[in-house]
Amino acid sequence: MSRAAVFWIVAVVVLAALPPVASALGQPYYVDLVRRILILAIAATSLNLILGYGGMVSFGHAAYLGIGAYSVGILAFYGVTSGWLQWATAIAGSALVALAIGAVSIRTSGIYFIMITLAFTQMLYYLGISLEVFGGDDGMRLKARSAFPLVDLGDPVTLYYVALALMLASVFLVSRISNSRFGMALRAAKSNEARARAIGFPLYPIRLAAFVISGAMCGLAGALYANHTNYITPGLMSWLQSGDLMFMVILGGIGSAPGPVLGAFAFVLLEELLKSLLGLKSQDWAEHWALLMGPLLVLSVVFFRRGLAGLVSREHG
Amino acid sequence: MVSLLSVQELWKSFGALRASDGISLEVAAGETHAVIGPNGAGKTTFISQLAGTLRPDGGSISFAGEDITRQPAARRARHGLARSFQITSVFLDFTALQNVALAVLAHSGRTGFWRDARTDALLLDPAHSVLEKIGFEKTRFNVLAANLSHGEQRQLEVAMALATEPRLLLLDEPMAGMGIEESQRMISLLSSLKGRLTIVLVEHDMDAVFRLADRISVLVYGRIIATGSPQTIRANEQVRRAYLGEDS
Repeated sequence: MSRAAVFWIVAVVVLAALPPVASALGQPYYVDLVRRILILAIAATSLNLILGYGGMVSFGHAAYLGIGAYSVGILAFYGVTSGWLQWATAIAGSALVALAIGAVSIRTSGIYFIMITLAFTQMLYYLGISLEVFGGDDGMRLKARSAFPLVDLGDPVTLYYVALALMLASVFLVSRISNSRFGMALRAAKSNEARARAIGFPLYPIRLAAFVISGAMCGLAGALYANHTNYITPGLMSWLQSGDLMFMVILGGIGSAPGPVLGAFAFVLLEELLKSLLGLKSQDWAEHWALLMGPLLVLSVVFFRRGLAGLVSREHG
Repeated sequence: MVSLLSVQELWKSFGALRASDGISLEVAAGETHAVIGPNGAGKTTFISQLAGTLRPDGGSISFAGEDITRQPAARRARHGLARSFQITSVFLDFTALQNVALAVLAHSGRTGFWRDARTDALLLDPAHSVLEKIGFEKTRFNVLAANLSHGEQRQLEVAMALATEPRLLLLDEPMAGMGIEESQRMISLLSSLKGRLTIVLVEHDMDAVFRLADRISVLVYGRIIATGSPQTIRANEQVRRAYLGEDS
């Protein structure tokens, strides 16, 4: 069995066993923590499709997290609680916004691409702040969890398993796409743009399609996130959130299937660890966890060139 | 004689430099047409405009009766205009076979989001046969392009161009940086293609040019000063003075 297969089997077993173990140990907090990580892992996996396989450094991926979350929140606000409808809106809404942002930004490259994706996301962030009806700066409480037949997302453990299943599904989906004909063309465009054009790949539609798929998938993560926190704030769309997602992908290993998942775990757990270690000293210190996080991230990028996933498998990205 | 490629009064300048100063050229279907000229004559600028990576300032290019002057490079490639690069340009993080399979994929015009392309016989079989046809070392098929020798990468360039089943092959110095033995292999590869494909060849290696070309155009300072058979070009006084005179 390949190392990657062993990794996934172990990961699924451990993650599936976590809720009963945490409840037996009387530590339900960990279900909540890992659930957040699983949802962020979906977002990071979606970003990996365009960043890792497509070479598009989107510095605005949090936009879709926000649109997904607000789709759920706003529909619930107006009394539409059907989960199918909410999540379909989250996915379709994110896809549409990604289409619009992508259509403009993919015409550029390099630093301009980064800046344009960032600028669009900041626009959405300020739009969120200015929408007083939906809480503006303070955000809004989710009126009711997304309602699905037979599945109650209000139950923390159920929501955990839903997040786990969707995380695995999104990793599988991105992995299939990345090795498909479409994915090969996307990777070729990243590897050597001039050559890809010269053999006849139409790069613009290929990249745009990847951008839209990625945005839609991140929208789903946003819908989950709204159900996870039960509270939606514009902060979900801030550039800090976009940066966190990028770091998860890079830390985990760009262009690899397990990379973004590992990155999400490492990033969030490291953050929690630093907060609690510094918190031992004083509450004031805990607020400055980022001071230690920064250098650690820099070191990890320097020493693990292929990210944490490089330790798991030898597959080529 | 039917022209497959017809270039009319092509102009391109970079600031004060006129890299293409009214180039007109007809390439007949099936011929191997070499473009020679001293360094800085504008050969690569010319090829880039034919391939579509540079927009001409004026003039027109038609290919198979269609005006392609404003067409982007990728569309030209899908219509049968393939190129190799002067500076080796392959997908370094893919294997030799995958490089060619990517060219097959680009040419197929068919995409898919689910089936695994890495084991797709519709891509790999044609890639295999192209590599075999050009005599690429079989044991090197699955080597990453980054780990291939320079000569092998140059071969790969040609293989990728061929895999798109082109009607016209634009070769920008295919022998650049090659040793004698590698050059000889490339020359015999190109002569095996001769006649079956229309080829525009930009090359410094005069030995290769005179062995391969049916006709030769001489480009000096962005202008074509002479076009003709290898014998006529060899005998042309103006050409000898401008170019060949230095080393023949």
